[in-house]
Amino acid sequence: MPSSTRASRWPTCERAADRIRRHRGNRTGRAAATGFWRRALRHRSFVLGAVLSLLVLGAALLSLVWTPWSAYDIDVASKLHPPSAAHWLGTDVLGRDIVSLLLVGARSTIMVGVIAVGIGLSFGVGLGLIAAARKGWTEELIMRMSDFTFAFPAVLSAIMLAAVAGPGMVTSITAIGIFQIPTFVRVTRGSANAIWAREFVLAARAAGKGSFRITIEHVLPNILSILIVQATIQFALAILAEAALSYLGLGTQPPQPSWGRMLNDAQTLLFQSPMLAVYPGAAIAIAVLGLNLLGDGLRDLLDPRLARER
Amino acid sequence: MADGDAPLIEVKNLGVTLNTSRGPAQAVRGVSFALRRGETLGLVGESGCGKSVTALALMGLLPDSAVISGSIRLDGAELVGLPDSAYCKLRGNRISMIFQEPMTALNPMHTIGHQVAEPLLRHTGVSAAQARQEAIALLDRVGLPDASKRVDAYPHQFSGGQRQRITIAMALACQPDVLIADEPTTALDVTIQGQILDLIADLVAERGMSMILISHDLGVIAENVERMMVMYGGTVVESGETNAVFTRMGHPYTQGLFRARPRLGARKGTRLKTIAGTVPELADLPAGCTFADRCAIAEARCRAALPAVVDVGAAHGVRCIRTDVSMAAGGVGA
Amino acid sequence: MSVFFLRRILTLVATLVAASLIIFLVLDALPGNAAQMLMGADASPDAVRALTVKLGLDQPLAVRYLLWLKGMAVGDLGNSYVYGTPVAGLIAERLVLTIPLAIMSMLITVVLALAAGIYTAANHNKLGDVGVMSLTQVGIALPNFWFAILLILLFSVKLQLLSAGGFAGWDDGIWPGIRSLLLPSISLAVVQAAILARVTRSAVLEVLREDFVRTARAKGLGKREVLWRHVLRNAMIPVMTVMGLQFANLLAGTIVIENVFYLPGLGRLIFQSIANRDLIVVRNCVMLLAAMVVIVNFVVDVLYAFIDPRIKVANL
Repeated sequence: MPSSTRASRWPTCERAADRIRRHRGNRTGRAAATGFWRRALRHRSFVLGAVLSLLVLGAALLSLVWTPWSAYDIDVASKLHPPSAAHWLGTDVLGRDIVSLLLVGARSTIMVGVIAVGIGLSFGVGLGLIAAARKGWTEELIMRMSDFTFAFPAVLSAIMLAAVAGPGMVTSITAIGIFQIPTFVRVTRGSANAIWAREFVLAARAAGKGSFRITIEHVLPNILSILIVQATIQFALAILAEAALSYLGLGTQPPQPSWGRMLNDAQTLLFQSPMLAVYPGAAIAIAVLGLNLLGDGLRDLLDPRLARER
Repeated sequence: MADGDAPLIEVKNLGVTLNTSRGPAQAVRGVSFALRRGETLGLVGESGCGKSVTALALMGLLPDSAVISGSIRLDGAELVGLPDSAYCKLRGNRISMIFQEPMTALNPMHTIGHQVAEPLLRHTGVSAAQARQEAIALLDRVGLPDASKRVDAYPHQFSGGQRQRITIAMALACQPDVLIADEPTTALDVTIQGQILDLIADLVAERGMSMILISHDLGVIAENVERMMVMYGGTVVESGETNAVFTRMGHPYTQGLFRARPRLGARKGTRLKTIAGTVPELADLPAGCTFADRCAIAEARCRAALPAVVDVGAAHGVRCIRTDVSMAAGGVGA
Repeated sequence: MSVFFLRRILTLVATLVAASLIIFLVLDALPGNAAQMLMGADASPDAVRALTVKLGLDQPLAVRYLLWLKGMAVGDLGNSYVYGTPVAGLIAERLVLTIPLAIMSMLITVVLALAAGIYTAANHNKLGDVGVMSLTQVGIALPNFWFAILLILLFSVKLQLLSAGGFAGWDDGIWPGIRSLLLPSISLAVVQAAILARVTRSAVLEVLREDFVRTARAKGLGKREVLWRHVLRNAMIPVMTVMGLQFANLLAGTIVIENVFYLPGLGRLIFQSIANRDLIVVRNCVMLLAAMVVIVNFVVDVLYAFIDPRIKVANL
């Protein structure tokens, strides 16, 4: 991605929004940027989504430096404790502190999500841009391949990989990543085609620029906001898939804590400690809801024209 | 309805406020007119002047959030505030409408025969077979070639002009008293426009309908209607017999509109005259004359309050307080 | 019409062949001979060798692939490495559960989604719309297996109305079977329905903005009539597309949900086979699931042509 030198993802969003406005030919970049924040803070689902997402991100970051108890130490003597001052949400069957497990679980969730979406984003956007730039049989081939990949949901690919390579975090990340690619291919190609049809691209072609330069200088910057929105939503899907795979035992392996695994453990104890099955699921739901709301909000804020898609 | 002089449609002081993203907008203010059976009336103005909103108000098809004031009477019966179910009995039956975009006005999933027969099935007691026969006859009448063979074809199999003929057949199915044609030829090729207008004129004469023709094209208005109203910023700025309005244009806006027509045979290099400025936003209309900001002869009192209609001839009204200047030899800046 | 079908069928066959090739390559060509996997790392080389020959794994890759294709064509999927019984029989036993489960959840999905989508579109921006849409937003965020656990908590643990798992079978009539598939299919359907409801709503709203809706109103049709007669059919194209795509997720979901409810369906079979290193069963099960997804999407494609008169002409 060109010129995104700042580390945070937010300034990138602003810039993407600016670029779109600049091409529409109104307002200066800076005015649009302040406008973005003013509108953002008034956008209800954006604010709620951002708060929930930051909550999960905060939990993951916190777990790197501090957890109330160790999430790995087994203490069977204090198993299945109800919530108390020492263990705010109680302990699991191995005596591990639920809060600590949830905090560390957020870390696995985010890691798997980031890497899987990264795989989907880099391959998907690359292929989508090529399809839009080259047209003809290249486009046809890429699109047929991405249609085809839809026949293998993440769980199915993970099952195949697990059958030969054994279950684990790498298996689940690979499976989810592959599953993400076709969506990004479609979104990228669709929006890139729209940009290729615009006058300023025609002007650039008339000026003798090649398709690679046009893709980098005109197409990519203009579809960036769409990709950011899509990546947010795909992140949510990746979290759901990771949870399902971990629940099935195909993903993150013990003793590394993960929300899906916690649900699997809790299910055997439904009659004794029903609440153990509630916390991790709620954590997944909060993360997914937050990212979905954030994505919807970003879509409205970055480009109102997009709001009608989907 | 033996009384031929009683108006078929009588609109009094019609006002429409639409809810827009920028707040409430007065799309139409103080529009009044009466239309007798068999009469034709033209509505002319730029886009956004309120002419289509007026038409949709007559049809009762404004969005639920629109606030309508004043009165619309059809044969003496009040239409404003009529519940939708009662309005449905009038629409397509006594009042029909032809829309601007024939390419999108037809449902792509239904055959044209079905769509033309639909108002008949809705409003008259005919059987499906009778409605189909009637639809074929209607399609034949509007000049669709091979109507009996193509009655089961879908809209995408027809050209724009043919589709407009189909929408006309649909509008006429129940022999309505009033036909509202909202820019019926704007989306068509120039060569087709004349044919469609002739068809509409023939049908209006043949069936003794009243017609309200909406257009931004002065030529279309001049050739097709007996009386006309010029609209600007949601108000009627000039109304009267078509001939009278064209010969004695009273409102500076009408004069500007007339000068802005492109003409063939103009001297090479002649620039097209335009009206300076832009159409006001309906969400923040000025307090006084809506045209004041673009008017060459506007003065302070023009901006104080909306001018009243001044009679400048038999049934010829102009909403301007400076007709003494505007109608003096040749008008403003001619 | 015939050209349209021919093209679609050719694409279908090509897709199925490609899918079989990928599945075969991933499961059978990767390092780690199936026989070695079956017998464990410390089996004697001779024993592994013997088993390899016995299972026909000594033949070249291409031959084994073609034999598999031929087997699928005639319905002979080979024998399970572990049980020694025909794979086709093993799968058939499990489909008796998985197919009704998939159908039930798809039905619940479609009914819930269309009802919610049409209701919210017809009441656009009113309280009911906002309320139902917020619910769907939450529904999308729920992992289906967690929702399943919550249903078990409510109906089995608290209310003790339904059993927490297991399958009653079809031997005592269909009701006990359906009863035991009720919670699983609901938990699969609710999450999918939330997505589909949003798609339906936006598709209906999109069509409601079209000019022909105003034309239909101008004919004297009431809002409800316009919705049912003119809008829905036009809105069905995007809804069906998403339904087809969702079917893949639904099948993947059955694998997860069968594990939640301890249902002896295809998903459980796959898991047991992975645990047993019974790769021939895994291979055929995955192929079956992929084929179902591809075929359902093919059916959706063909259905377009029945719904939308424009498609036939465009493809001739």
